[in-house]
Amino acid sequence: MARIWLFGANIDTDQILPGRYAPYMTSESALRQYPFIEARPEFASTVAPGDIIVAGANFGCGSSREYAPRALKLVGIAAIIAPSFARIFYRNALNLGLPLFEADLTSVLQDGQKVTLDISEPSLTLLDGKKIPLPSPPEWVRRTWEEGGLLAYYRRHRRLPLEERP
Amino acid sequence: MATEAATLAEQIISHAAGKRVYPGDLVIVPVDRCMTHDSLTPEVIDALHQDLGVEHIFDPSRVVVVMDHVAPASSVATANAQVKVRQWVAQEGIEHFYQVGKGICHQVMIEEGLVQPGQIALGTDSHATAYGAVCAFGTGVGTRDMALTLATGRTWFRVPETICIQVKGRFPELVSAKDLSLHLCGLLGMDGATYKAIEFHGLDWLPLDERITLCSMTTELGAKAGLIPPSEKEAPPWLGVHPGASYERTITVDLTNLVPLIAVPHQVDQVQPVAEVEGVPVDQVFLGTCTNGRLSDLRAAARLLKGKHIAKGVRMLVIPASHRVLKQAAADGTLSILLEAGATIGTPGCGPCIGRHMGVLGAGEVCLSTGNRNFRGRMGSPEARIYLGSPETAAATALTGHITDPRKI
Repeated sequence: MARIWLFGANIDTDQILPGRYAPYMTSESALRQYPFIEARPEFASTVAPGDIIVAGANFGCGSSREYAPRALKLVGIAAIIAPSFARIFYRNALNLGLPLFEADLTSVLQDGQKVTLDISEPSLTLLDGKKIPLPSPPEWVRRTWEEGGLLAYYRRHRRLPLEERP
Repeated sequence: MATEAATLAEQIISHAAGKRVYPGDLVIVPVDRCMTHDSLTPEVIDALHQDLGVEHIFDPSRVVVVMDHVAPASSVATANAQVKVRQWVAQEGIEHFYQVGKGICHQVMIEEGLVQPGQIALGTDSHATAYGAVCAFGTGVGTRDMALTLATGRTWFRVPETICIQVKGRFPELVSAKDLSLHLCGLLGMDGATYKAIEFHGLDWLPLDERITLCSMTTELGAKAGLIPPSEKEAPPWLGVHPGASYERTITVDLTNLVPLIAVPHQVDQVQPVAEVEGVPVDQVFLGTCTNGRLSDLRAAARLLKGKHIAKGVRMLVIPASHRVLKQAAADGTLSILLEAGATIGTPGCGPCIGRHMGVLGAGEVCLSTGNRNFRGRMGSPEARIYLGSPETAAATALTGHITDPRKI
């Protein structure tokens, strides 16, 4: 089962990964130690692969640093659910193949709650069996996730998902 | 291309797409300029080689690389990363390469004429919205996004809706573009323009320096681009304001009512009149960044500091946005006024804005910065507090040692 990590609104990339801990300042291999190192110090050591972040509006605002979503992917975050995402963060996540769902579940779910995520028929299932539907992404976004992100898609097909031909 | 009324963002993307596009459309367009800097280029190189399996970039002449984020290098790790960047620049034959001290990437892009009205330019830095000051569609992207465009020469966009900011009147004395930006942050909030473009009308009189301030700060509203209409002289014939263009909403701001504003910790949209925050003691005043490190910003501060000295116990860091700004400030006497007043000068570049070098804050410290973000931990310790204000407010605050409305100096 996946654990829910609950966050507020306007979680900026300086909170997700402070600039001082950028791979450029430290090392690529250390990146997985740093997500939320100051905002939520227990996160990196206790997060488990498959866990889910549920947050308020405008998740990932601020700096364009891709190592913020990359660090979340490295520690195994399976999806992020928020009412809205900052646009650069949205693109970065798509490039990395990290699924984002636009929904406001901050008042429905609790921190530490256990759920099961279904990406193909987007939904969360709670321990009591209750199902919370998630918005279905556009078909090209779903294909991009399946192939591991936009760069993986391009590497395989030598075209972008929206392009009919190269 | 667009035969019916269109916003500036729609005109530029339509021109690039070769067809009329509308808000909400997904389009793939060629990119005129790609800017990347010392801090993220190493990741771009890795993404090109490892993720995409691409050996060489699509067109080196469209690429600009600037050493500004941690330049000169602050550690062996950053120095090694910069060696990697320089080697790659040489291998790829990138001619638009700007060394340590040339200036902040966005300032260099505009100063060197590397972005032109009507172009589409991507930067691996969120403040690439600054290029809208010359009516280019500039927007920030992450490293893999940049790698994909360097490999292919193109990118995808969702065509944004546009919010029109209709400006009336002129700034009162000691109020400037930063105050207008902060006013909009307070009004719209940090996600007030997410996925959208912002278009400023009524600013034909505003000098380029302050246009850059306004456009760079639109990213703090979540905007994809911030655009100011170009003058007829510099614009391609197809680009300009179309009467009847469809805006999502229009917000009118009367500048004559504006007062000096400040963003208090820890969000850019926590905006108050400086007068209501007066008296907070500060440890550091930082005048610089892509938002407010230009000649007019240094001059605005110098006007208040001339013949005076900053307060005991305060340190004032001035980091010009570019080598050109530094040279001009040295030539016209601005620099000596700042130095006489007790300020110190750093290498043109990003400085401590991102908390990596040249003025990182310790626990419990307070900084008045002319930068663009006051997130917790942005400039160093998460226990430090950052206030964002105009160059005028920065100078007034340096003089008294506590946050001060510049109109009281």
